[in-house]
Amino acid sequence: MRPAGAIPTDARFVAIGAYFGFVLMKAEVVSWYRIQEMFRFDAFHMYGVIGTAVLVAAIAVWALRRFGVRSVDGRPVVTEPMPDGWRRYAGGGLLFGVGWALTGACPGPIAALVGAGLWPFTIVFAAAWLGTLCYGLLERRLPH
Amino acid sequence: MDLLDLLRGPWPWFVAGPAIGLVVPILLVFGGRRFGLSSSYRHLCAIANVPASYFRYDGRRQGGWNLLLVAGIAIGGLLGGVVLGDPQPLRVAEPTVRALEALGVSVDGGFVPASIFSWEGVRTPAGFVAVVVGGFLVGFGARWAKGCTSGHAIMGLAELQPASAIAVAGFFAGGLAATHLLWPLLLGGS
Repeated sequence: MRPAGAIPTDARFVAIGAYFGFVLMKAEVVSWYRIQEMFRFDAFHMYGVIGTAVLVAAIAVWALRRFGVRSVDGRPVVTEPMPDGWRRYAGGGLLFGVGWALTGACPGPIAALVGAGLWPFTIVFAAAWLGTLCYGLLERRLPH
Repeated sequence: MDLLDLLRGPWPWFVAGPAIGLVVPILLVFGGRRFGLSSSYRHLCAIANVPASYFRYDGRRQGGWNLLLVAGIAIGGLLGGVVLGDPQPLRVAEPTVRALEALGVSVDGGFVPASIFSWEGVRTPAGFVAVVVGGFLVGFGARWAKGCTSGHAIMGLAELQPASAIAVAGFFAGGLAATHLLWPLLLGGS
């Protein structure tokens, strides 16, 4: 029994995260230069990585559903449909994209780079937290 | 052939991409969760009791797994970037090298340009915008769009969600604008 309110010490998620963080470093998608190459259309690398990642994930999700696979703790694999509308996806997507090209990192790579000892990314992390906080305060005033 | 050399990488896209995609079924089967990372910032706001209805939930109970995943990613970054780090300098496509040098950013062999992503670099106007404003927009944009590169570009696209296609188009349009308009503006003046 763990104390109520504590973060569940579930090593599975740490292990899966460590695998993902390791792969992010080896794929070099954490590199600001790789993001520049992508947005300048100078290298295929990022397109190849994201394209094959989506393809493998899509086949896997399809197969898990097709064969009714459940998670180890018995949860069915279900799609949670995103809320309708387009404004939030277009507006938020645009702002996120600007941030991605500025920092050269999205939330996964930010964590991986902090772990790799690139300390300025602790500021990126804190700024992203602050951005989240401000969204939460402004949520009702924004179009969704 | 040395296994350690293979691990040190870098890995080509056709190895790295599928290895990233596999996180989705691994997390679904062994964790019972849908892949996504940016909500971790929301959970941290909820845990910090930020006074807004958006953050009024039990962040530890609902988001604990997500925060552990992010902590794991940092450990993976240490393992992949330092312990088994690639000893070779990062190679960058020649046209990008030239374009960046014209803007005054040198390719120094590291993952990120030290002239921007260092304690000194952050104090320059361009560095401040990249690190602080860029980070802010990543957090703000991801919440407004209800997901980031992992939740929309990988998980959402894999589920064929139309919302994710809109979000990813937005990511790309925003990234193009920042790369071709904002970066030259930021670096041209310094």
